[in-house]
Amino acid sequence: MATPAIPLSTRLSARGLDGVTLLVLPAAIVLIALFVYPFGYGLWLSFRPKDGTLLGNYGKFFADPFLYDTIYTTLALAVPVTLMNLFLAVPVAFRVRLMRHQRLLTTILVLPITLGTVLVAEGMLNYFGPQGWFVRALTSTGLFNVSQIKLVHNYWGVFLSLLITGFPFTFLLTLSYVTGIDPGLEQAAATLGARAAERFRHIFLPLLVPGLAITFCLSFVQAYSVFPSAVLLGAPAGPTRVISIAAYQAAFEEYDYSMASAIAMIMGAVQLVVVVAVLAARNLFYRGPAAGAKG
Amino acid sequence: MTLLSSFKSLRLEGVSRDFGVVNALRDLTLEIKRGEFVALLGPSGCGKSTALNCIAGLLPTTRGQIMLDDRRIDTLPTEDRGFGMVFQNYALFPHMTVRNNIGFGLKMRGIPKNEAAPRVEEAIRTVRLDTQAHKLPGQLSGGQQQRVAIARAIAIDPPLVLMDEPLSNLDAKLRLEMRQEIRRIHQSLGCITIYVTHDQDEALSLADRIVVLRDGAIRQVGAPEDLYARPAHLDVAEFMGFRNRINGRVQARDGNRVQLTVAGTTLDGVVQEALTGDTAIAAVRPDDMVPVAPDAHGIDTVVEAIEYRGRDFFGQARSKTGDELFFRSEQRLAPGAAVRLGAEPHRVLVYPGA
Repeated sequence: MATPAIPLSTRLSARGLDGVTLLVLPAAIVLIALFVYPFGYGLWLSFRPKDGTLLGNYGKFFADPFLYDTIYTTLALAVPVTLMNLFLAVPVAFRVRLMRHQRLLTTILVLPITLGTVLVAEGMLNYFGPQGWFVRALTSTGLFNVSQIKLVHNYWGVFLSLLITGFPFTFLLTLSYVTGIDPGLEQAAATLGARAAERFRHIFLPLLVPGLAITFCLSFVQAYSVFPSAVLLGAPAGPTRVISIAAYQAAFEEYDYSMASAIAMIMGAVQLVVVVAVLAARNLFYRGPAAGAKG
Repeated sequence: MTLLSSFKSLRLEGVSRDFGVVNALRDLTLEIKRGEFVALLGPSGCGKSTALNCIAGLLPTTRGQIMLDDRRIDTLPTEDRGFGMVFQNYALFPHMTVRNNIGFGLKMRGIPKNEAAPRVEEAIRTVRLDTQAHKLPGQLSGGQQQRVAIARAIAIDPPLVLMDEPLSNLDAKLRLEMRQEIRRIHQSLGCITIYVTHDQDEALSLADRIVVLRDGAIRQVGAPEDLYARPAHLDVAEFMGFRNRINGRVQARDGNRVQLTVAGTTLDGVVQEALTGDTAIAAVRPDDMVPVAPDAHGIDTVVEAIEYRGRDFFGQARSKTGDELFFRSEQRLAPGAAVRLGAEPHRVLVYPGA
């Protein structure tokens, strides 16, 4: 006797396809309309330069130091800022994980994210400007004069702005990785004779590296696409002429959308190279759960 | 860095620990001799883990001192005490191989590699993990992880090994195996082992001496045999498996022997804790409570449930006055059947009533 056939719908749902799967559709449509299509269009557009050749835009970019130097300028901002943020976030996270009022502190730290870069930049222009409180306070000590302290409209203005707006994000990610490590591991290391510095080096650091790598990538990508603060707080014609400014100028000053798309693609490629390199290095470390195994 | 390779004893003198207004540990005073296996036994929240953490240095004490021979150690940081500790969740370093986990303590003591390697191998052999030494903890089973945790703690040759419910995450069969293993390792080392557990079977089978804690204070200290046969207080008795509590009135006394009026009959027993008034509570193990002949002396009950245990039956019955009684039976009794239950007088322990 033939066994009765299992209905198609049952077989499909066993593979995870049922009515609920349809709920994915709105998100998928939005994603395609707002991300996949524009990206594909931009990529296609970047190979249709004004001179009619296929790689004209890319050739032009890498022939002109005024353009290709922006890659380096942006890296010179984004990499140190990201490292600095990580460097500051780790010790703070180590302290905060022991605190009882974590919520309050994290709320305060999240505020700069909600304010947005432009508001922070405006505030910094006043605060760090030649007539701002910060500079006045420093000069009133008599150790400096105004001309020695220049914290806006140069590299350091953008650096500080990225640090301030990027820190909360870096910190919150770092905190989640730090608190994910079983405190029992540190206690175990202590009973085995490891001092605080050794516990950090042999236990925490190796377990944190994979998380810090992810944090680095996300913070780096954020810093690499800096635009408002580079214009408002930096010297957009010189030391802080970042790659997004080059793209902006191509698009809205020269009205060369094809060139602007090419610059955007190059920008994406640079980010991708850095992220892939960091993630590849991450594979050299232990990446399993950071708790004391099962139990 | 190990404190003393030839020490004589560990003394806790009035060790207390407060958490805010809560006294988690009150005035713990205890002397443990070298070679002794001591179990800290008690229900959860009794302060046994707090005591262990204070000895290990993971929690600062509020009052009192801890001495290893004549050296005060409660003021030393954890890393300078040199005690081996086995954690409940093992706390193995997930990014290190078994061998590196076990060798970590020696490495931290700056012992040269060629000297440390044979000691690590010896510890690996002691816990029988020779074939697993190159693996990461995540690749091992629970029992194997447990043995790594023990090997890691003993590799540094500690004067004291502290174990915090090390078997609670294992299944029943493995727990029995590891119990014997822990006893064997303790005997081969000749150090002090302090073992925290809430399982009286574990404490009874492993320890030379059991310390029963309740609400942060010592209730009774004694050899397993003493605790099993003669619990000093009713709560200790309940914890040691005296599940039957029978309320009664004192009718007659003759030295230690006492006769209680219980549920319309009388029950003979032995006084364990000085009786203060008229009322008393008799505690009897289910295994000592058995059906007796209808003409014999005993409490009349009705069977409520019965379960097969293999060699005999375990029953649950209720007396006319509403007391719930657990008993052992050779025969399967039907629920609803009337049964008269009794116990040998020396198996009936009598404590003052509430």
